[in-house]
Amino acid sequence: MPEEIHPHRLVHIASERVSHVSSTDYPGHWPGESYTWDLEFFRKSLQVDVKRLTPTTIDFDLVGTDAAIANALRRIMIGEVETIAVENVWVWQNTSVMQDEVLASRLGLVPLRINPARLESWTPNAVPTDANTISFEVQVTCTSRPFPPRGSTDPSELYENSSIYASHLRWKPVGAQAALPDWLADPPSVAKPDIVLVKLRPGQELNIEMHCVKSCGRDHAKYSPVATATYRLLPYIQILKPIPEQLQAKFMQSFSPGVMGKRRNKQEEWEVFVKDARKDTMSRNVFLYPEFEGAVKLTRVRDHFLFTIESAGQMAPNAILPEAIAVFRRKLRTVSKALDELMHPPEDAEPEVQEGGMELDA
Amino acid sequence: MESSKWSAKNLSDPIKTVEDKWLLLPAFLKVKGLVKQHVDSFNYFVDVDLQQILRANNLVTSDVDPRFYIKYTHIAVGPPERADPDQGESPERFSVTPHECRLRDTTYSGRITVNVEYIRGNKKIIRRGIEIGRLPIMLRSNKCVLTGKSEAELARMQECPLDPGGYFVVKGTEKVILVQEQLSKNRIIVETDPSKGVVMASVTSSTHERKSKTYVLTKKNKIYLKHNSVTEDIPICIVLKAVGVQSDKEILQLVCGHNEEYRESFAANLEDAARLGVFTQRQALEYMGSRVKVNRPRPFGAPLAGTQGPRRPAWEEAMEALATIVLAHVEMEGLDFRPKAVYIAVMVRRVLMAMKDEKLVDDRDYVGNKRLELAGQLLALLFEDLFKKFNQDLKMNIDKVLKKPSRTEEYDVIKALTFHAQSEGITQGFIRAISTGNWSLKRFKMDRAGVTHVLSRLSFVSALGMMTRITSQFEKTRKVSGPRALQPSQWGMLCPSDTPEGEACGLVKNLALMTHITTDVEEEPIVRVAFMLGVEDINLATGPEIHHPDTFMVNVNGSIIGLTRQPGRFVVALRKLRRAGRISEFVSVYINHHHKTVHIAADGGRICRPMIIVEKGRPRVTEDHIKLLKKGHVTFDDFLRKGLVEYLDVNEENDSYIALYEREILPTTTHLEIEPFTILGAVAGLIPYPHHNQSPRNTYQCAMGKQAIGAIGYNQFRRIDTLLYVMVYPQQPMVKTRTIELINYDKLPAGQNATVAVMSYSGYDIEDASMINRASLDRGYGRCQVYRKNVTLIRKYPNGTFDRLADAPIDEVTGRPPDKYSALQADGIAGVGEQLRPGDVYINKQSPANANDNSFNANVLDSTSTSLVQYKNTPMTYRSPVGGIVDKVMLTETENDQTLVKVLIRQTRRPELGDKFSSRHGQKGVCGLIINEEDMPFNDQGIKPDVIFNPHGMPSRMTVGKMIELLAGKAGVLKGKLQYGTAFGGSKVEDMSQILIEKGFNYAGKDYLTSGLTGEPMEAYVYFGPIYYQKLKHMVMDKMHSRARGPRAVLTRQPTEGRSRDGGLRLGEMERDCLIGYGATQLLLERLMISSDAFEINACQECGLLGYNGWCPLCKSSKRVAKLTIPYAAKLLFQELMAMNVVPRLILDDA
Repeated sequence: MPEEIHPHRLVHIASERVSHVSSTDYPGHWPGESYTWDLEFFRKSLQVDVKRLTPTTIDFDLVGTDAAIANALRRIMIGEVETIAVENVWVWQNTSVMQDEVLASRLGLVPLRINPARLESWTPNAVPTDANTISFEVQVTCTSRPFPPRGSTDPSELYENSSIYASHLRWKPVGAQAALPDWLADPPSVAKPDIVLVKLRPGQELNIEMHCVKSCGRDHAKYSPVATATYRLLPYIQILKPIPEQLQAKFMQSFSPGVMGKRRNKQEEWEVFVKDARKDTMSRNVFLYPEFEGAVKLTRVRDHFLFTIESAGQMAPNAILPEAIAVFRRKLRTVSKALDELMHPPEDAEPEVQEGGMELDA
Repeated sequence: MESSKWSAKNLSDPIKTVEDKWLLLPAFLKVKGLVKQHVDSFNYFVDVDLQQILRANNLVTSDVDPRFYIKYTHIAVGPPERADPDQGESPERFSVTPHECRLRDTTYSGRITVNVEYIRGNKKIIRRGIEIGRLPIMLRSNKCVLTGKSEAELARMQECPLDPGGYFVVKGTEKVILVQEQLSKNRIIVETDPSKGVVMASVTSSTHERKSKTYVLTKKNKIYLKHNSVTEDIPICIVLKAVGVQSDKEILQLVCGHNEEYRESFAANLEDAARLGVFTQRQALEYMGSRVKVNRPRPFGAPLAGTQGPRRPAWEEAMEALATIVLAHVEMEGLDFRPKAVYIAVMVRRVLMAMKDEKLVDDRDYVGNKRLELAGQLLALLFEDLFKKFNQDLKMNIDKVLKKPSRTEEYDVIKALTFHAQSEGITQGFIRAISTGNWSLKRFKMDRAGVTHVLSRLSFVSALGMMTRITSQFEKTRKVSGPRALQPSQWGMLCPSDTPEGEACGLVKNLALMTHITTDVEEEPIVRVAFMLGVEDINLATGPEIHHPDTFMVNVNGSIIGLTRQPGRFVVALRKLRRAGRISEFVSVYINHHHKTVHIAADGGRICRPMIIVEKGRPRVTEDHIKLLKKGHVTFDDFLRKGLVEYLDVNEENDSYIALYEREILPTTTHLEIEPFTILGAVAGLIPYPHHNQSPRNTYQCAMGKQAIGAIGYNQFRRIDTLLYVMVYPQQPMVKTRTIELINYDKLPAGQNATVAVMSYSGYDIEDASMINRASLDRGYGRCQVYRKNVTLIRKYPNGTFDRLADAPIDEVTGRPPDKYSALQADGIAGVGEQLRPGDVYINKQSPANANDNSFNANVLDSTSTSLVQYKNTPMTYRSPVGGIVDKVMLTETENDQTLVKVLIRQTRRPELGDKFSSRHGQKGVCGLIINEEDMPFNDQGIKPDVIFNPHGMPSRMTVGKMIELLAGKAGVLKGKLQYGTAFGGSKVEDMSQILIEKGFNYAGKDYLTSGLTGEPMEAYVYFGPIYYQKLKHMVMDKMHSRARGPRAVLTRQPTEGRSRDGGLRLGEMERDCLIGYGATQLLLERLMISSDAFEINACQECGLLGYNGWCPLCKSSKRVAKLTIPYAAKLLFQELMAMNVVPRLILDDA
């Protein structure tokens, strides 16, 4: 059995409902328990533990914080971390079957691997400069290959450039961009080169120029750096009464593989124990069988978040969270500054006299 | 060992069932196709009917020259040809594709040619291949260029291989001749009118020459014959005597046989005849003759006055009426009236039977009593009419020439013929009928409107649904439920779900998936076969023989041919011959035990469907046959030919014992259904799990599936339609049905698989509104394109002037063309790909100012000096509140040499608030809110819904099928396999739950979600998974409308009506009543006058009439003229009244 978890930290998973959903660790809720905010305690209980890091995803645990904080991070990662994507498209020539605007929308959704720090954020009505815009272009013509394999019907064998991939996008340095050494060392490129954008046939031609700007996922989903950023709560399963041996297999099968284990207890009988609750998908299929009624209690730990961040390709997965925290802190600063100003109006500012307004005590 | 071998095959083991017998369905559709009925009917018309019509009208003679004649010997329809061939000698210059006709607004038609034989001078001349007109060709019929072409060839002709065909292209529009439902011809129908106590047997006789309706009815318990050509009802005994059954005893025997009951109730009729003094045939004929309406056509050349020829004796008139008009379909040899006598006697007997037992009346709504009229039959009627007119005119022309006493050369009728053909009577007749849908043929008193419809190309299913549609001839206003109700005999033939709501409900039907509509089969050989099988000729039989308890009367196509004493054996023998392929597979035979008749039907328009034959309790189709079919070694026709499968029409179906499933076969079973889901039609077949839905929901979906935006055809971007909706990223449904695969809906889908969370979220989801994820929209969910056609003619006018296209004018101030011309290129037409803003000019056309001035003007006629012609601007400007893009520009010439410019303008639309969506279960709703991705709830995997659907839409609608679709879809997604929701089958819920459990999901499909707003878990589990959603054509952008100020109608000065005219929103009577009730007088005044058509008048308090400028012209004074404001409409009314000599006087008073 893993460590005991304080029952106040548990979300209850019943067969048809979830209860104890909100956190109760605030003063005055539980008699005899304080729960006053204490930075030291928070510092001690807050844990971040990276479980897995691949080129596209990162899994980590965030323990000891409220859902509001975890959710804020998740929301910021989806909607407010800025990246660079194609925003304006100039179609000089497009004789493919795809309509200009559909092609443009597809180009916009291509993730670009560019360090967002290199550009300034795009503001509405801004003039494109080398400081806020990166330019890409596609110039291809589809032609018949001179000697295709006999009897082949595969367009890729018959024609040159029959499919246009994201890799056909070429960076076109503008202004000072070509002279910057770090830009040249790591030139702007597409994150996933094998995305099919459009298919061409002989004689069809594309000549397209794209302007890429920096914005966030709120603006358009294409700017979101994550394919998904999500969390789930750590499952916590308690077996309340021993499972008879003949039902053990069935019992174990109603959880995800690897959740339940079998071992001999002190009486040398086979007993089922919770081996790794983390693996459970919380499918609640154990409630399907009346024989297991009251045998098991499913719960989840309210302040233990199992985060999964899957990068869409613009940023390294492990760079997204720090960026989100930076955004978060900026937002907090704005709030705290506004609060400060509210509490202590600057000296030079005229005290605002509001009719019928309430005077705040300083 | 031994024992185990035996136990493998236990006697009580169920016999192996035929798996996959549904594969017969694709095999059937491969041969027949979904629109085969149209194509078959058209082919029959072109190949067979046309010849027959020609043969019936093949001679044109002259009244002037008795030696002269012109005789048509052969008729043929050629392949579709261009009416205005290209220059040069290339053989392809005539060849035309349907798509060219669609684009150029021409007619897809072929030449009708005839071979003729005629007299020139004294010689007989034979000429071949003379064109007499052009016939619109049905697409995919055997004359169409598309038939039998491979996919690559079709692509070269810019045609979609999945397009079903079966329609016409007339003047550029696709026209369908809908299937018409009618009561069957030449059959006796007995009905009662309980309120009047009348029993009536009626027959609508229909032959090539004439159509007439004959009734035998009761009146005060006596029986009469009623017919249009007779002025009053004739006592039935007189009629029988007139047709040669003179003695009362013979009449009694012929009608009643030895049945005492019938004799008793018939006896009164015999007395009737005696009382009227009619005893002999001659007397009877005289009696009738004096009551016959004589309506003989005026002989040609006779003077107009005194239109009738010499009046013949009454008995002769009666004889002729009886021989040719009454019961015209009963064939007679010479003047032997015996067949008619027997037929009338049978009708009388049916009336007597219905009088005794009211259960023996016929049901008009029974599908077996209906015949469907298809394109071929309607065109045949039309052609016959046009051809007769053609010949009449030709004859007049010939007579006119031959009348002249002296001619310089021998008269050659070919010139007249070709000249006549050039006047395009036949061509224009066809085109007019098909493009207007008005079939008015005087000869048959036929005047039908709305026979043809424009093929709806909203989506692929809507086009397909139109091809299977059947309209009833019943008038829509009559409030009877009978014809609208679902008929049990409709099973398997007509779709029970697919019918519109509202006035046409139940009158417009759709064919089921496996139906076929018969064409005429030759009758003679069948009659011969019947006689060979031991049928005795009816003309040799007497009354007692006919009505003997053991004899059965044999009918072929409703006419009595003979008697048999062994109906069972006869029917079995005939069916064996049919299964052996000796007679057509579409001949049906059945026994009617109530009437003691055997009916053989070989006429066209019967609905039938194939069924597996069961013999000795075993279906004849076995596993081995299906294996061969799977390998492609055999086709459906082989099954027919081997007698494994046969077609049953409704009447024969009701004489058979059909098992629905193989396990239900009993020793007495005769047939086995191929697959139960074929009772649904093509459109209802799209619904997954329809057998779990409340039935009206399926009907609603049938209506909505036709409004879904999706793919139209592989050639959709080549088409230039008035309005075309196309989805940007259509998907095939996760949960398919067999029907979907059969009709290729998976290749031309209309919808997307949305991940749906069934939960209430925000308050913006009440009343069926749903929420959509903003990120899904960003990524292309529900995105669609709207293409709109804009046409203009660059005309040449009779006075020599013509329209012209001009480049953009230069603004004198800026020195550049004004902004609204920015899309134009040098040729005066907007460039392809150019963006248009509202108000932009896309065709800068200019018309001559004096286009309609036909007075002679040398300058105008001199085309080189066009500079002298004054032009005015008549540009085409883009009128839509949002921008568009020029998608296509086409320049071509019409058949009458006018230049045609078509500009296709495209809009790409992303779903917005208020756009309409629907699942496939009649659950429509609008988008109520677009939610940011991060606000969406998510499950443990981080999956967020595309659509949130409010669960309140489920309990009252009982669309359980939708819930199962979600479950099956979810299981399919997790397993990576498409699931099936085929009617009466499909993936089982149990299996789906099992898959969910295996993949670590809850078995019920309910997921644990976390709120995207608070980050806390939701307190209930949410039903979560993919459902196929259709985007419907109703979009807010096309409907949104508001007005503060705007145009007014000229006459009344009130705001215009309707969105297209930027009209106002009417405050109608009921709203007005509310305001009156509320006492809001000032608001009333404002709404009804000030904001509408306030008008200041000058009224004279003296005379009460209107004046002007403070002057009363009547009183010649300005003393008591007052100014007041009234609605302009009121002022208009006063003036109109004055124009009608009514004086409206205003009495003014200070309030």
